Amino acid sequence: MDFLRPASWEEALAAKAEHPAAVPIAGGTDVMVEINFDHRRPEYLMDLNRIRDLEEWEVGADSVRLGASVPYSRIMEHLRAELPGLALAAHTVASPQIRNRGGVGGNLGTASPAGDAHPALLAAGAEVEAESVRGSRRIPIDAFYTGVKRNALAPDELIRAVHIRKADGPQQFSKVGTRNAMVIAVCAFGLALHPETRTVRTGIGSAAPTPVRARAAEEFLDAALEEGGFWDSGKVITPSLAKRFADLCAAACNPIDDVRGTAGYRRHAVGVMARRTLTWTWESYRGARRTTEGAA
Amino acid sequence: MPTNGVPTRLTQGSGTRGGIGESTLRPDGTLKVTGEFAYSSDMWHEDMLWGHILRSTFAHAEILSIDTGEALATPGVYAVLTYDDLPTDVRHYGLEIRDTPVLAHGKVRHHGEPVAIVAADHPETARRAAAKIKVDYRELPVVTDEATATAPGAVLVHENRDDGHAGHVPHPNIVHRQPIVRGDVGEARRRADVIVEGEYTFGMQDQAFLGPESGLAVPEEDGGVHLYIATQWLHSDLRQIAPVLGLPEDRVRMTLAGVGGAFGGREDLSMQIHACLLALRTGKPVKIVYNRFESFFGHVHRHPARLRYEHGATADGRLTHVRCRIVLDGGAYASASPAVVGNAASLGIGPYVVDDVDIEAVALYTNNPPCGAMRGFGAVQACFAYEAQMDRLAARLGMDPVEFRQLNAMEQGTLLPTGQRVDSPAPVAELLRRVKAMPMPPERQWESSEGADVRQLPGGLSNTTHGEGVVRGVGYAVGIKNVGFSEGFDDYSTARVRMEVVGGEPVATVHTAMAEVGQGGITVHAQIARTELGVARVTIHPADTRVGSAGSTSASRQTYVTGGAVRNACELVRERVLELGRRRFGSYHPAWATAELLLEDGKVVTDGGEVLAGLADVLGEEAVEVEEEWRHRPTEPFDPRTGQGNGHVQYSFAAHRAVVEVDTELGLVKVVELACAQDVGKALNPLSVIGQIQGGTTQGLGMAVMEEILVDSGTAKVRNPSFTDYLIPTILDTPTIPVDLLELADDHAPYGLRGVGEAPTLSSTPAVLAAIRDATGLALDRTPVRPEHLTGTG
Repeated sequence: MDFLRPASWEEALAAKAEHPAAVPIAGGTDVMVEINFDHRRPEYLMDLNRIRDLEEWEVGADSVRLGASVPYSRIMEHLRAELPGLALAAHTVASPQIRNRGGVGGNLGTASPAGDAHPALLAAGAEVEAESVRGSRRIPIDAFYTGVKRNALAPDELIRAVHIRKADGPQQFSKVGTRNAMVIAVCAFGLALHPETRTVRTGIGSAAPTPVRARAAEEFLDAALEEGGFWDSGKVITPSLAKRFADLCAAACNPIDDVRGTAGYRRHAVGVMARRTLTWTWESYRGARRTTEGAA
Repeated sequence: MPTNGVPTRLTQGSGTRGGIGESTLRPDGTLKVTGEFAYSSDMWHEDMLWGHILRSTFAHAEILSIDTGEALATPGVYAVLTYDDLPTDVRHYGLEIRDTPVLAHGKVRHHGEPVAIVAADHPETARRAAAKIKVDYRELPVVTDEATATAPGAVLVHENRDDGHAGHVPHPNIVHRQPIVRGDVGEARRRADVIVEGEYTFGMQDQAFLGPESGLAVPEEDGGVHLYIATQWLHSDLRQIAPVLGLPEDRVRMTLAGVGGAFGGREDLSMQIHACLLALRTGKPVKIVYNRFESFFGHVHRHPARLRYEHGATADGRLTHVRCRIVLDGGAYASASPAVVGNAASLGIGPYVVDDVDIEAVALYTNNPPCGAMRGFGAVQACFAYEAQMDRLAARLGMDPVEFRQLNAMEQGTLLPTGQRVDSPAPVAELLRRVKAMPMPPERQWESSEGADVRQLPGGLSNTTHGEGVVRGVGYAVGIKNVGFSEGFDDYSTARVRMEVVGGEPVATVHTAMAEVGQGGITVHAQIARTELGVARVTIHPADTRVGSAGSTSASRQTYVTGGAVRNACELVRERVLELGRRRFGSYHPAWATAELLLEDGKVVTDGGEVLAGLADVLGEEAVEVEEEWRHRPTEPFDPRTGQGNGHVQYSFAAHRAVVEVDTELGLVKVVELACAQDVGKALNPLSVIGQIQGGTTQGLGMAVMEEILVDSGTAKVRNPSFTDYLIPTILDTPTIPVDLLELADDHAPYGLRGVGEAPTLSSTPAVLAAIRDATGLALDRTPVRPEHLTGTG
């Protein structure tokens, strides 16, 4: 195994072009586990830790440009207002030590359906900034996950950053694991209300071959909220509406039975999380609305 | 702290500081917490090689051929050994039955069985070379449970058995069977107003010690070998290793290396013989360290079990009878299965008075991973089932579950199903009373002015509930565990104690072969020496085989047995020191002629406190040294047909109250509090005792809600050999564990003490399950309970 240590982003791109099989490593929280368990013996390992700007972020007008290596602990600490869903997801990643090392770039590169960041990215709306010596492009998050642990990156591309839409409404993230910390998701659910566009977006983790959105559920809820005038009135979402949304989220799953849980449980749990997170975000939206109106 | 019943007068009444009863600190504690402690995996030797083990990829297969050519030709490889390379005719080992091949011969019987070993100059080279060994397997059908193992025409896991149990078992795939029959169950059954039947399943738990199997074998000039090893019993290892190597025991020297936890998982050999074989073959030191994945294949697990119970009671709540059948899955090799069967059977009805019982326990041979010793040893599985039964009976009778247990609780003088009389305190009802009397944790602790504090809720920071679906439940359980080795085993320990003057100060040195695996034995030995010899400074000699056997660090026995041996050796040293004093100073003071002299604070004093001489002056240039074996009361085997016999030495009792909060919609559980009351006889080191109780309680909690090795029922392959998918409780899963220590002396035991380490592991699991049943109303007849069981989505 050869160890590449590019000093700059340009060097990294050149090295990746020369050795497309090179596996990039930043925090190492996924890659090192694979190597230690002997599941993977890459010919080349490319250390990105010398490229400091991968650990930086910029808050723009509409979105946050999050460097691929910004550790989860920084997201929790500094981006809670802009990226509340991702910050909640970051809080559920492993242990403090791992949150100090791991970042969203690694989650995207591995593209495991169990990656904790995915449901939050899907719900918020994001684009992956991929780059190679051939140039840079932005891959919409909806087109990024292409199969079990596969993504839309070309062999010579590296993830430089993720552009995530700043929250324009409440966001929530829930994850089921069978212990209270240091646990891989049995399944996870992210939900974001987007009052500006009067839409709702979702993200489901660990309950299908890839992270997925519950599109039928989103469309149902978008229509129901619009027709019922909920966005304007801020009235309480009826239990039957929430249940229908939850059922559609559960139906969007395509889970398997494995050592972490049964397919039946995953479907069930996604439904419960969908209903609860909808309730929490909607209550928060109503609360914010009342406050604004009170001020006006 | 209550001290009812503790003898007021210690052996020699020394009030020397740092003696027994004080919470002196562990000498290795700070080192371990700061990462400075040298574990067995940290050892290094100039010019050493690394060993690696090739393991079977099938659970049951014939080995048609093994080709080591390419592996041997790999640069950096020094040796590749298979069964055919073993130096003597002794090619099997085992704790009770020598049925385990050092390296597979002709067939493999479980997933991960060692097939070949490699030594190379780098661990990665050894690993790669092992991968080049070509093993041609022909897969065989597997037996995985009682039905498949005893079906007509079932493949035999071991053919031509000639072990001591082969003659009395109903099928060759049954390792051992122990019935216990007492009274007349048929008649008693007719007196029962209520009969409750239940079938229970207990999953396969792993010891999950944090320090993986590891050791260093160094060849010696006399053709012998010195093995530095993390183990639970040096001399048991030695007896199994030496004959395979073809060496006399005195040429296999063993020194205990830093042990990172054991819990029974180091009673069997792992890499010991492999490292020695490679060292002797290559003439170089060889180190072997398992990684976590290999560790799951490198030691036995707790027996999974199926348990069928029938309990009867009269309308006023008296137990009439118990019938039960406990089927333990021993896996491919016997390990400690026979003794686990004996425990499960003899303790199978729990700490209750029942005159009419019909108990049967068996352990199977299957192609599942071998199972053997783990904290609680057979008594754990039974406790899970009989405590569930006690709750069901109480519910049927409309009685409070604690009062129902108290009504039937055993006490001193009770006859066990084996016919053995309990001849020391058995405060079962009192422990239940105490644990029930502890204040309850406040309700809805997650509510705050800022909204829900998810850390206080099921799911924690995973943010699955803000209170929705959460229901509290409370459950109780109590258990009984034997202390020490039972069934006629010659369970002794040896201690060498030396007293001399170093730097003008009297110093005691305690040398035993006791394996310190984290239980705190070394702390207690120093305390005993201070109390008995009146010295401030005690040196604990490293454990090795240059002193006699200390027996196993298991069965909650070391403070009792090796502690007893240390005290005994100290008493003999004290007599010799006093003799020396009489010779030197006897003529100066008439008190030297009295029998009641004490060693205290570095001096010889009268029982009135008058100082006769300093110990340094008494000893002068002389060193007093004694090595003696010490035994507890003998036990007897159980009758193979009736199970009658005085099989046990001592019992340990603990009771738990579990308070849980269950997210009933998601099936997630938060254990809010696990209160424990335990009778410890005498707490030699209260801090260590509480640590043991909290650790055992937590291990039981893990078994209740998360810990299980999953084995594929079709292939008998292990599905989750990693800490990613074999979950153990983190600190965020571990609740407050208030402990109420009761100290009722057992007059037969040193200082009245009672073994502590295992009892809390028994009752913790059923208490948590009872609390979850209370919260959910579900029957829950298996452990660990998983979210799908609580949500009907299994």
